[in-house]
Amino acid sequence: MIAIIAFYLFAALTILPALAVIFARNPVHSVLWLIVAFFNAAGLMLLVGAEFIAMLLVIVYVGAVAVLFLFVVMMLDIDFAQLRSRFTANLPFGIIIALVLLGETIIAVSAWNAGPTLSGHAIPAARQPNIVALGQLLYSRYLFPFEIAGLILLVAMIGAIVLTHRGRGDLRTPKVSRQIRRRPEDAIKLAEPGVGEGMKL
Amino acid sequence: MIGLAHYLTVAAILFTIGVLGIFLNRRNVILMLMAIELILLAVNVNLVAFSAYLGDLTGQVLAMFVLTVAAAEAAIGLAILVIFFRRRGSIAVDDVNRMRG
Repeated sequence: MIAIIAFYLFAALTILPALAVIFARNPVHSVLWLIVAFFNAAGLMLLVGAEFIAMLLVIVYVGAVAVLFLFVVMMLDIDFAQLRSRFTANLPFGIIIALVLLGETIIAVSAWNAGPTLSGHAIPAARQPNIVALGQLLYSRYLFPFEIAGLILLVAMIGAIVLTHRGRGDLRTPKVSRQIRRRPEDAIKLAEPGVGEGMKL
Repeated sequence: MIGLAHYLTVAAILFTIGVLGIFLNRRNVILMLMAIELILLAVNVNLVAFSAYLGDLTGQVLAMFVLTVAAAEAAIGLAILVIFFRRRGSIAVDDVNRMRG
């Protein structure tokens, strides 16, 4: 009973904030609603026993991606009212398309017949904790895709830095190759000035 | 009893909201990126639900990769947005015709 109540609570609190993300007037509010939606989606995943993915959702999305969105929204000085000017023009057509898409998907889901493994309607009990099982799978069979995922993150990080980096014009950095190429012969001169003659530079 | 179809329906509604968000906010790139995040969240809910009801963890591994790619995509997308704003002073997508596309 409590599981059913929890499912409908989490589902409603995922879907309603998702609507609020789209229809909010202020983009900062949109980001905050996105955070609410992600928290409750993590709750939905906890209900089916996917603890690791739920925690990952909270850490990665709420901790990193949503904060990134907040930074960008607050950093850029954008006239959001002007961006919303044509919002209502697309509204009726967009809602029709969305309803058609939703109807099709729900018809497909309800007409779809699960195979004998899935028709039991109950989650099979896990033999070991979710995180242990996932770790064993990730570091054995899926090791190569895991490394590739790390490479993708590295490329994304370098790309974001290269794209947004602005070199400062007034900075005088030493030219290392010139410094190394310089020899004592063309830098030092031995001079023996006579008494009272002085040095000529 | 909560079955697989319930989770699939929630994911379908989330996906539709994401598509609607892309359709309605045609000028605001930030909201389009957020709608893409919603779509990827729907995909993740689907993957995790199937994986749990099937008793096979492969779906959750795949959900983790989707999460990785979503984070990378958000970072690159926002970086492009920032340099576009620096050049043009606005983020209206209608103005993006520099490359005559």
